[in-house]
Amino acid sequence: MIQKGKARTFPNHPNDINTDYIISGRYKFKIQDPNELATHVMEDLDPNFFKRVEKGDFIVAGNNFGCGSSREQAPMAIKYANISAVIANSFARIFYRNCFNLGLPAIEADTSGIEEGDELELDMDAGILKNKTKNKEIKIAPVPKTMQTLLADGGLVEHFKKHDGFKV
Amino acid sequence: MGKTIAEKILSNHSGKDAHAGDIVIADLDFMIGQDGTSGVAIDSFRKMSAKKVADPSKIAIIIDHSSPSPNQGVSAIHKKIREFAAEQKIKLYDIGCGVCHQITPEQGHCVPGDLVIGADSHTCTYGAINVFSTGIGSTDLAAGMISGKLWFKVPETLKVVYKGKLPKGIYSKDLILNLIGKIGADGATYMALEIDGDAINEMSVDARFTISNMAIECGAKCGIMKADKKVMDWVAKHSKRKPGPIEADKDAKYKQVIEIDAAKLEPQIAKPHTVDNTCGVSEVVGTPIQQGFIGTCTNGRLEDFQIAANILKGKKVADGCRLIIAPASKDIMLDMIKDGAYQTLVEAGAVAVTPGCGPCVGTHNGVPSDGENVISTANRNFKGRMGNPNSFIYLASPATVAASVIEGKIADPRKYL
Ligand code: SF4
Repeated sequence: MIQKGKARTFPNHPNDINTDYIISGRYKFKIQDPNELATHVMEDLDPNFFKRVEKGDFIVAGNNFGCGSSREQAPMAIKYANISAVIANSFARIFYRNCFNLGLPAIEADTSGIEEGDELELDMDAGILKNKTKNKEIKIAPVPKTMQTLLADGGLVEHFKKHDGFKV
Repeated sequence: MGKTIAEKILSNHSGKDAHAGDIVIADLDFMIGQDGTSGVAIDSFRKMSAKKVADPSKIAIIIDHSSPSPNQGVSAIHKKIREFAAEQKIKLYDIGCGVCHQITPEQGHCVPGDLVIGADSHTCTYGAINVFSTGIGSTDLAAGMISGKLWFKVPETLKVVYKGKLPKGIYSKDLILNLIGKIGADGATYMALEIDGDAINEMSVDARFTISNMAIECGAKCGIMKADKKVMDWVAKHSKRKPGPIEADKDAKYKQVIEIDAAKLEPQIAKPHTVDNTCGVSEVVGTPIQQGFIGTCTNGRLEDFQIAANILKGKKVADGCRLIIAPASKDIMLDMIKDGAYQTLVEAGAVAVTPGCGPCVGTHNGVPSDGENVISTANRNFKGRMGNPNSFIYLASPATVAASVIEGKIADPRKYL
């Protein structure tokens, strides 16, 4: 499957975007509705972030995306903001795991040349990220098998229902 | 080939000869959730069409992050958690019991050699008592509750050896802040830390928890230590379960070994807004401070408050400055009352809040104003962490926080010792 969308970047803060920035503790503790949570996604880094996202867009970042707390509300807020995948140089491990558990792809690739608004095409099967705007192809790091299984099943909830436990 | 502590514990719990890089499905000894993550875990549990948890005696839920509830939204989550715990016969630690990472070892829920998960990133804390414990998300917790198992990628291990003796005024907090500054916020991503050395051997178990607690701040999956006599005595006092301590093999394979001379360190500060933005205290001495905070799963133990009380005894928190304290558990609060530290701190001007997370995560109990500087014993200083993205958080040891609130500006604690 090929996913298409624009790159949404944080040029002033590309690295170490933590889960507090993705969704602040002030919201995660009181809002249970994921659609409402999504309206606050990335708010402390960019108060207009939710407004500028269009369906299918990608979050593009540098190193150690999603560091900090284990809050699953972070990838949940991203997913419900209609982001189709997060693409970063590297991820923090709990966040990485949480993404796939929710069926949201977290893709490791060299994001250095990608700029805000670039038109991207992600082909996970071919392992290629195309930057249409810059006319460049970037190889993505292979998605580990366990994660592929979870994605194919539509996340851990569906995986569990399907296999009645872990089958990774 | 020899194995690290992490490889051995994951082998024991999966029945596989597990080495770094392998994926294993392992049996869990214990698992926890807290009020910020359990609501989503309960939703996932229901969505997975589960009726019953695998073994209620291996689960605890702790209401600590927003406790007591500051608003209706949180109250609704607390209610949902209480009802789920009652329905599933799960042990619930309700408001005022304390922070999950103090409760879990203190109430005897984990012992050396265990494999533990928690829907909270600082679950790595129990590494100090030789437990492989790691933070996971809410849906992983739901899967763990239903099946009693979870899948793990066996991590490579980074070994950190602290040589030498801790100088006066330097504490475990300074050691771990220094390490994170050295290797960076992603310096150990996906790795286990194994932490050892003379400076660790000399330390109390409570002081060791501070180090393991912050392993996640350099991205590590766990921060594990050996079970020496101090650990075994501590565990015997707190748990009825039989410990199964695990040592690394002599020929264990490490990704890297870092040696640090503890004797050469000065008190450390993590400056806003990242934990790896560290420096020696001398670089920031004199920075004005409007609020101090002593508490959290990092530094909210009896010994931490005793250190602060010794510095604040007979002194006062400076005008224009506030000090908030939050014991990490009810037992610690009672010990502080017996010991006198509670009274000393309150007399000096401290405001004591409910045992629990206190203002650490910005939901209540001391949200700073725009432009204010906070010096805190917590483990994170991210922008907005304490509830206001326009404030600034400096992280330090309890001694440095105590010295700083006396002066109303960042101070070197060594002159008060
Ligand atoms: S004290 Fe702070 S860091 Fe520790 S569990 Fe509570 S909110 Fe998290």
